[in-house]
Amino acid sequence: MPDLLIELFSEEIPARMQRRAAQDLKKMVTDGMVEAGLTYASAAEFSTPRRLTLTVEGVLANSPTTVEERKGPRADAPEKAIEGFLRGAGLTRDQLEERETPKGPVLFARIEKQGRSAAEIVAEVLEKTIRTFPWPKSMRWGAGSLRWVRPLHSILCILSDEAGAEVVPLEIEGIVAGDRTAGHRFMSPDRFSVVNFDDYTAKLKRAYVVLDPAERADVIWHDATNMAFASGLELVEDKGLLAEVAGLVEWPVVLMGRIADDFLDLPPEVLQTSMKEHQKFFSVRNPKTGRIERFITVANRETADNGATILAGNEKVLSARLADAKFFWENDLRVAKAGMEPWLEQLKNVTFHAKLGTQAERIDRIAALARVLAPTVGAHADQAERAARLAKADLSSEMVYEFPELQGLMGRYYIAAAGEDAAVAAAAEEHYSPLGPSDEVPTAPVSVAVALADKIDTLAGFWAIDEKPTGSKDPFALRRAALGVVRIVLENDTTLQLGDGIGNHIVELVRRWGARWRVYYLAGELEGRDHWQPAMIVVSEDTVIEEPFSSYETKKLFDAGELAWDEKGEKPLPKLPEICASLLSFFHDRLKVYLRDQGIRHDIIDACIAMEGNDDLTLLVKRARALSDALKTEDGENLIQGFKRANNILTQAEAADGVEYSYGADVKFAETDEERALFAALDQAEAQIEPALQQQDFATAMTALAGLRGPIDAFFEAVMINADNATVRRNRLNLLSRITKLCTSVADLTRIEG
Amino acid sequence: MSDTTTAPKSFQEIILRLQNYWAAKGCAVLQPYDMEVGAGTFHPATTLRSLGTQPWAAAYVQPSRRPTDGRYGENPNRLQHYYQYQVLIKPSPPDLQELYLGSLEAIGIDMALHDIRFVEDDWESPTLGAWGLGWEVWCDGMEVSQFTYFQQVGGHDCHPVSGELTYGLERLAMYVLGVDHVMDMPFNDPQTPIPLSYGDVFKQTEEEYARWNFDVADTDVLLRHFDEAETHCREILEAPHDDPKTGTRIVMVHPAYDQCIKASHLFNLLDARGVISVTERQAYIGRVRALAKLCADAFVQTAAGGWQPEGAA
Repeated sequence: MPDLLIELFSEEIPARMQRRAAQDLKKMVTDGMVEAGLTYASAAEFSTPRRLTLTVEGVLANSPTTVEERKGPRADAPEKAIEGFLRGAGLTRDQLEERETPKGPVLFARIEKQGRSAAEIVAEVLEKTIRTFPWPKSMRWGAGSLRWVRPLHSILCILSDEAGAEVVPLEIEGIVAGDRTAGHRFMSPDRFSVVNFDDYTAKLKRAYVVLDPAERADVIWHDATNMAFASGLELVEDKGLLAEVAGLVEWPVVLMGRIADDFLDLPPEVLQTSMKEHQKFFSVRNPKTGRIERFITVANRETADNGATILAGNEKVLSARLADAKFFWENDLRVAKAGMEPWLEQLKNVTFHAKLGTQAERIDRIAALARVLAPTVGAHADQAERAARLAKADLSSEMVYEFPELQGLMGRYYIAAAGEDAAVAAAAEEHYSPLGPSDEVPTAPVSVAVALADKIDTLAGFWAIDEKPTGSKDPFALRRAALGVVRIVLENDTTLQLGDGIGNHIVELVRRWGARWRVYYLAGELEGRDHWQPAMIVVSEDTVIEEPFSSYETKKLFDAGELAWDEKGEKPLPKLPEICASLLSFFHDRLKVYLRDQGIRHDIIDACIAMEGNDDLTLLVKRARALSDALKTEDGENLIQGFKRANNILTQAEAADGVEYSYGADVKFAETDEERALFAALDQAEAQIEPALQQQDFATAMTALAGLRGPIDAFFEAVMINADNATVRRNRLNLLSRITKLCTSVADLTRIEG
Repeated sequence: MSDTTTAPKSFQEIILRLQNYWAAKGCAVLQPYDMEVGAGTFHPATTLRSLGTQPWAAAYVQPSRRPTDGRYGENPNRLQHYYQYQVLIKPSPPDLQELYLGSLEAIGIDMALHDIRFVEDDWESPTLGAWGLGWEVWCDGMEVSQFTYFQQVGGHDCHPVSGELTYGLERLAMYVLGVDHVMDMPFNDPQTPIPLSYGDVFKQTEEEYARWNFDVADTDVLLRHFDEAETHCREILEAPHDDPKTGTRIVMVHPAYDQCIKASHLFNLLDARGVISVTERQAYIGRVRALAKLCADAFVQTAAGGWQPEGAA
């Protein structure tokens, strides 16, 4: 069976696209082959900056001939029906066969699909693959109309077996497939032909091309760590950078360079970010001091001077870059040490969102909320407010302008430099956390207060202006913010009534900024120019009415009819209770995802959300965990069955009788031992459950509840609820009601599935 | 003629070598456009000529102005006035990368000693309504050129596609000549009787323009000029194509495009004066883009843009 080798050779493919493109090539070609009946044993994909390569081993030489039988209409069906069938099957009348069936004579078609050669199928599949390739961005070049990520120069496509290689006949827009490729752009540019995959990789290596990106990454990593180690230093690991650099070179040559002494005092993160972002350098650290002292760059070639010229050039470029960084750092430090006022002032001009005001306004809100939250999380209110006021100051700094990914971290450095408390400085960095599901949550009280305030303000704000995430659209990362709140609260075991927090904050938002949310612009001639003027107006009857105009002048113009409301984009906003309920359920959705990952079923969470106090997430989760644990026991599982049975009978009886059996079960009407035992068991369980619930000791409550399993089962076994005696029947129904009441005092068990 | 086997001695020798190289490769060596522009791309030889179906090959130096980059001549490599070397070939030839590498060798970069890389960098000009895919070319980690396959200009799909090369001449020359501060770079041959450095030529103008750009330029005048250029550009293009005086069809694309260039530069000046807020920025850029689009629309209605009178073969 032949092997297939494909190489698509082009100008330099962006590093970030190579891996995915090679995978797409494999998937599209092999899927297409299999669909055409051409199966294979194995396939593997590779990429370099200039080529995507696919090797497929053990390909069928031909796709098998297939026969399909299709049942048509009856032989005596109208001519039209038979013609329709023939058209559909692509056959003529003489190819049909008449057969007797229990339903009479029926026409059958035998459709034979002749097998085709691998070359024919591959040519077809590869052409389609190239023409429909899912590049994130593709382009045309020259006078042609073919699209590829960068100009495509040649196609190598051969089928090879012991007898030799056969070029798959294929031509796309003047590019004729062949058996040739080229080596390294500079070190071995000549073209050469290959006969199979092993020959291809071996010849490429001789032509200074390492085909496998994993191998290039290994070489880089290995050489870089060794080189650092030999100097008593260590390489700072960066998997993303390693993958990128492996995609920038065909023949990796690792070189280590020096960072000029002038720059060694820059924060290590600044050095690292500048070197990585601008130059794609790895950082090399002195393990004794933690300082970044050298860099590693990966060249794409060997040179006669062993890279001396290349390294000198790179060192020079780095010095220019770091001179910029040092300039930013020193300027920023000056501002920081003087108290950061200009930065905070500048944030007044930075719009956070048209309807939610500027960054400075947002900071005011966060500071107020952080103050409110502080006691709950064990932080000092003044400190929390101070931290919130400074946490975003670094957004105005030159360093963060240059490297946005350093936001927060630079804030920490600058706030510390300003002489603030370490806890206040730390909050600048930590209040953005957690950024991802695996990112650590802040635990320091001040950081927790600011992190919660920041996220709740964002969520409350966007909920209030009705810009919630929909489907895959979540431009303000609100899901991440909500999950952040959930994780911070739970992982710090914080008791926080989110409902109050959200509600009060939204009221505050509306009182101070809501004015902008509905009609927030007035059109008209102001100050001699076309101008849109922010105006204040009523939001809805639930919310506070402020002065309807931002200025007296505006009002005069409006009254004189020179201004009119801008009707565009106006939509009625939801009312406060709806906003709060919707946001709380958004938190609950995040919580479900979070707990599902920890093995707690969604119906268990639903059963607990249905209980009072569900805006206290810590309490909610305590309850859910206890319920989940209880349901894992045999007693617990069976108790649910008993509860459901009791609940069903009770609901049906209540519906039939039109009354509610809610109290008055009396042991004196009990007729059987099982009944009496259940009374006793309920008395005992109630005595345990009530105080346990008061102390939020859900585990004890659940255990007591699960203990009812035996008496309940025995009761149902022995007793017929719908007794002839009406008093006895009513008493038993009231007893069932006691069971369900007790059970649902712990969690809404009606929501448990199964 | 300069000898490409030896290292160049001056800034101007590097320019001359590039001129000779691209002339030898068949480009029309044009002169700079006689207006203030932000980059070589604004030269009509690039913007307009990349449109339509007519083949084109041109190379030229373009003095470029970026008022916000002024540093009074103090910064080692930031200038408010600098030179770009620009090459535009339509349709892009299949060996454009090799041609480009040849130009680096011509200015004395030894391919056997240096590490040249093509690093993804997609180009976009919001003011010109243009974008393309390509790379920034790195030499030993330093960006020495921008290499772009134009996909769209002035909102028009480019068909055929032009290949565009832009060399930042000062930075490239500083690297080749081993100079650390742009003002120290020899402008002419240091061995001549009157050797001039880049600083001798430009230090004073950098100071003067930096002061004017940042603090003195009259913003009211600039704002008014911007509005006027915008209006005039539209008026020129709205004029009927048939000239009543000569009785010939004359679409006045270039005069209109001059107004578009003006508006763009005026915007840059206003930006440097710090009178354009973040929100206004987008609006201004959109206004210039609208002009560029109108000019592109008009250019394809001219002979150079591939237009043919009805009935012509």
